Amino acid sequence: MSTTYLAHNQVQLALHQLQDGSGRPLLLLHGLGEASPTTVPDWIDWPGPVHALDFTGHGASTVPVGGGYSAEIILADADVALAHLGECTVVGRGFGAYIALMLAGARAAQVRGAVLCDGPGLWGGPSGPTSADFVVLAPSDGSAPDPYALHELSKDLRPADYAALFVRLAMEHSGLDEPLAVAGVVRPPWLEAVVREVGVVECSREDALARFAAL
Amino acid sequence: MTTVTFPGAEAPARQHELDVDGVIIAVHEWGDEAADPLFLVHGGSDFGRTYDEFAPRLAAAGWRVITWDQRGHGDSGRAALYGWDADIRDAIGVMTHFTHRPAPVVGHSKGGALMIQLADAQPFRFSHLVNLDGLPSKRPMSDVSEHERGRMVASDLAGWLDHRRSTATATRKPGSLDELAARRARSNPRLAMDWLRYLVTVGAFESEDGWRWKLDPSMRFGGFGPWRPEWTAYRMPGLGMPFLGVIGTEQEPMGWGTVPDQIRPLIPVGGRLEVLEGVGHFVHIEQPAVVAGMVIDFLGGGR
Repeated sequence: MSTTYLAHNQVQLALHQLQDGSGRPLLLLHGLGEASPTTVPDWIDWPGPVHALDFTGHGASTVPVGGGYSAEIILADADVALAHLGECTVVGRGFGAYIALMLAGARAAQVRGAVLCDGPGLWGGPSGPTSADFVVLAPSDGSAPDPYALHELSKDLRPADYAALFVRLAMEHSGLDEPLAVAGVVRPPWLEAVVREVGVVECSREDALARFAAL
Repeated sequence: MTTVTFPGAEAPARQHELDVDGVIIAVHEWGDEAADPLFLVHGGSDFGRTYDEFAPRLAAAGWRVITWDQRGHGDSGRAALYGWDADIRDAIGVMTHFTHRPAPVVGHSKGGALMIQLADAQPFRFSHLVNLDGLPSKRPMSDVSEHERGRMVASDLAGWLDHRRSTATATRKPGSLDELAARRARSNPRLAMDWLRYLVTVGAFESEDGWRWKLDPSMRFGGFGPWRPEWTAYRMPGLGMPFLGVIGTEQEPMGWGTVPDQIRPLIPVGGRLEVLEGVGHFVHIEQPAVVAGMVIDFLGGGR
């Protein structure tokens, strides 16, 4: 495994290369509170290079002070990796699945398929306003994962229509008939809305990867 | 050191820094240090010293007026991450430093909306809440078809992500004092150029190649997200502390387009809404004497 560090504002993002090769890269996005795997997971059979990104506050990436996390800023982490790798296929676990969905919609022309898998942080926060609390966490020792990442990203708002919008953007701008594959078992409300959209296929993660590898 | 004066504007009597959750927050104060605290909260892309003309009027009425630069703004530290909840946590950190008792809070624009949310979550911190043109309204997009809305979001998304890709090396564009004032006039078209020139000297820094706003260049307008403005509005009717809202009727780039008849039903029971005809978004800068008078009257006069 080799690691490249990419700058996103003040954060150094760790992008690990787990497999060499040529052709379109596969980008792995981990779940909330996880870090990138150090080897290619057994179930992945990908003909090209395989990379894995540690999000801000996770793994070997910078752990900032004072929190301020949102799914949108983590989407920008993934987009920095996309800018480095170029056109790629994305696999996301849990919270990383939600980010993979957003990336597939926001950069539809560069994401050649996104696979959404079960994993930590899949549910996310509420779909609308709630009674709020604002918890100041004890100072961190700087080790990952950042407690603020766990706290803020686990209550991040995920309205179903907001999630569905990213599917529609992927459909409109990717040129693919089915740019998204839902490979998990669990269906939080935002993911239920996603699978109801045209252009989303439900299948095993292996089948999803084979489908996108053939593009 | 370049100094520009503006009639009525006073530098803070005291300035210091607080370490709030690892982020350095610059605090500015006017008035008697022993007086009861009153907090001012600035809007997005502004900074505490945009209150340099308004705050002394409240201090003269007997308040210890305290404001701060939100993270990434003014003299506060630049953070790796910015977010609504983080701004509110920073506010709690500053308020707690000065008092554990309820205090009056005045928020402008985004600062007003932040304080609506904090007042809903932690009402014990507020004796009174004043909102200066920071009352939410629905985005005027209800008549846009979903297909077209998708197109707009796609361009918004790409533009914001392109900006994020550049943040590691971004710097603010330098210019002369007058050029920075003229740039700010584009988003503050109703404010006097002399005032904007004054703001440059307190909100920008000068180096060899010119002046630059202190605002973190990683921050910019726009962006996107799941939050809907009406969700802030839902927090208003139930607020229990005395409430005063002040809005201007003149629309301008930084304004929120709040319509009095839409917002009146959401004003808390017993609260007041003052509508200033012919005044824009920066009600406290365009009409400092009028708005300060309203606030002092609302608070029951001077201390």
